[in-house]
Amino acid sequence: MFKPAFNKKKTYIDLSGIKKSPLTFDSGEGNFSCPACSAWISEAEKIQNNDFCPRCSHHFAVTAWERIYSLCDEDSFDEWDDNLISYNPLEFPDYEEKLDKAREETRLPEAIITGRSKIGGVDVIVAAMDSRFMMASMGSVVGEKICRAIEGAIKYSLPFIIVCCSGGARMQEGMLSLMQMGKTSAAVGRLNAAGLLFISILTHPTTGGVTASFASLADIIIAEPGALIGFTGPRVIEQTTGQKLPAGFQRSEFLLQHGMIDIIQPRLEIRSLLVQLLNLHQGGSHGEKQV
Amino acid sequence: MARNKFDFETTYKLLENKLTELKDLSVSLHCDFSSEIANVEKRINELKEERYKNLTPWEQVLISRDLERPMTRDYIELLCTEFIELHGDRLYGDDPAIVGGIGIFDGRSVTVIGHQKGKDTADNISHNFGMPRPEGYRKAYRLLQEAEKFGRPVLTFINTPGAEPGIGAEERGQAWAISQLLLCLSNLKVPVISVITGEGGSGGALALTIADRILMLSNAVFSVASPETCASILLRDIKRADEMAAALKLSAASLKDMGIVDEVIDEPVNEHLLDAPDFVLSLESSIKKHLNEVCSQPIAELLEQRYLRLRNIGKFWE
Repeated sequence: MFKPAFNKKKTYIDLSGIKKSPLTFDSGEGNFSCPACSAWISEAEKIQNNDFCPRCSHHFAVTAWERIYSLCDEDSFDEWDDNLISYNPLEFPDYEEKLDKAREETRLPEAIITGRSKIGGVDVIVAAMDSRFMMASMGSVVGEKICRAIEGAIKYSLPFIIVCCSGGARMQEGMLSLMQMGKTSAAVGRLNAAGLLFISILTHPTTGGVTASFASLADIIIAEPGALIGFTGPRVIEQTTGQKLPAGFQRSEFLLQHGMIDIIQPRLEIRSLLVQLLNLHQGGSHGEKQV
Repeated sequence: MARNKFDFETTYKLLENKLTELKDLSVSLHCDFSSEIANVEKRINELKEERYKNLTPWEQVLISRDLERPMTRDYIELLCTEFIELHGDRLYGDDPAIVGGIGIFDGRSVTVIGHQKGKDTADNISHNFGMPRPEGYRKAYRLLQEAEKFGRPVLTFINTPGAEPGIGAEERGQAWAISQLLLCLSNLKVPVISVITGEGGSGGALALTIADRILMLSNAVFSVASPETCASILLRDIKRADEMAAALKLSAASLKDMGIVDEVIDEPVNEHLLDAPDFVLSLESSIKKHLNEVCSQPIAELLEQRYLRLRNIGKFWE
């Protein structure tokens, strides 16, 4: 039996927090929907807006080279170890095909770019991971390039800055991948012993073996707004525990609240923050006055 | 694909049942079947031995997860005297999935830390199936620092499906707890020996496996992710976990070939591990041998070797 409509208790969704900018529905050719707010955006609009959604400021993934260019001083980047190439040491099914496809699509030799550069005039060793290359998973080459970058930082006595994003250890290289967690962590230990600054910038998504090794061992951990950061992925947690995940679970804001990261910084302001941090860490120990 | 280790043991179970029937019959009929019984017994053992010598990687995964296998507490009881268990991370709680403490092994006091699963379902639930939470890793961290302070060598025993996937674990920084432990072990100024006794599951197992020597039981496994996870992600079919188990090269023999594991300790075929005197002896003497070696080295040299050991893992072209 139907109840009269006027007896029905109405519950309203609170919309007060949502921005009132108009939602566009131009689903024309080349346009796509923002994964965060579903607004339709064109590639041109996205580029014009520095890879953010014009409506909700969602940070779209950017390539490793875009990261390098946006963070480093112009023409200062000198790439290292671009000759390191992955092969299929375990003869894992379909791995070569996946590598070939990733190389073709990204025009990168592997999921990370490392090198020496300047940020705000300060010499640094910098690395950036690229999520388009097999979800920037860490196999032998990624681990090796990070270690060489850290060892380079120690050799030249420079700070080490890394922009992270990763799905975790690369399954196709089995235990060789998992051991990269230990290898990169051990290298961070040497960086610490040398008294050098290590800054890690966590971007969407950083999970698994990368979060559980070098990425979370930095002196200063910066995250982009709204990035998914954690150990186990949210889908796996939901499936294994059967629990409903709280809103904003494993996002940057959640991690800041739980004390796991230092600063949430919008993408365009990361460079200026790095310049400031590099300056603050110069000059040295025991409160010597900076000139 | 076999679902548990008893699936491929059903053949022997049938034969063993027949054998029991025969024994009962010989008693009830007052007949002497002893030579027949001996024959059947011998045949069963031969079959078993043959089978256990040719286990597939997936069967080894199933065996490595068996709850009848000894757990860290059993190894502590077997190897150590005067063991005292220590509790808590001094921050939040005490994790029953990791046990740790101090005892005497081969005349030396040692710190022992390891994953602990339960013996049956109820017990297993209380140990969270051997899946540590951040508190467990932070307890381990604290015990390692204590070991370093007193210059005491460390033994770790690895047997876990992985670190706990859960809301609370993430809130309290599971990744941060694991990475701190990796960093701590990679330059801990005392010798460390790890023994992989069962299931070595991903980062949650690796957190305690950064060591100067890694020993592994012959049916233990160590994998970047469980074969089920790999099958569901890469093949979108969890039923093909057996294929992934083979592809991941997770067996003790494969890891020895890769140079990740130093020594494989052979498991007995027919007996429970701790009831087999040969196995107990070889486990004990192997740990003793390696511990004597690493303890006699100057610590700076040992740390350099530990670093290089990790540093050299990885295969690529350049």
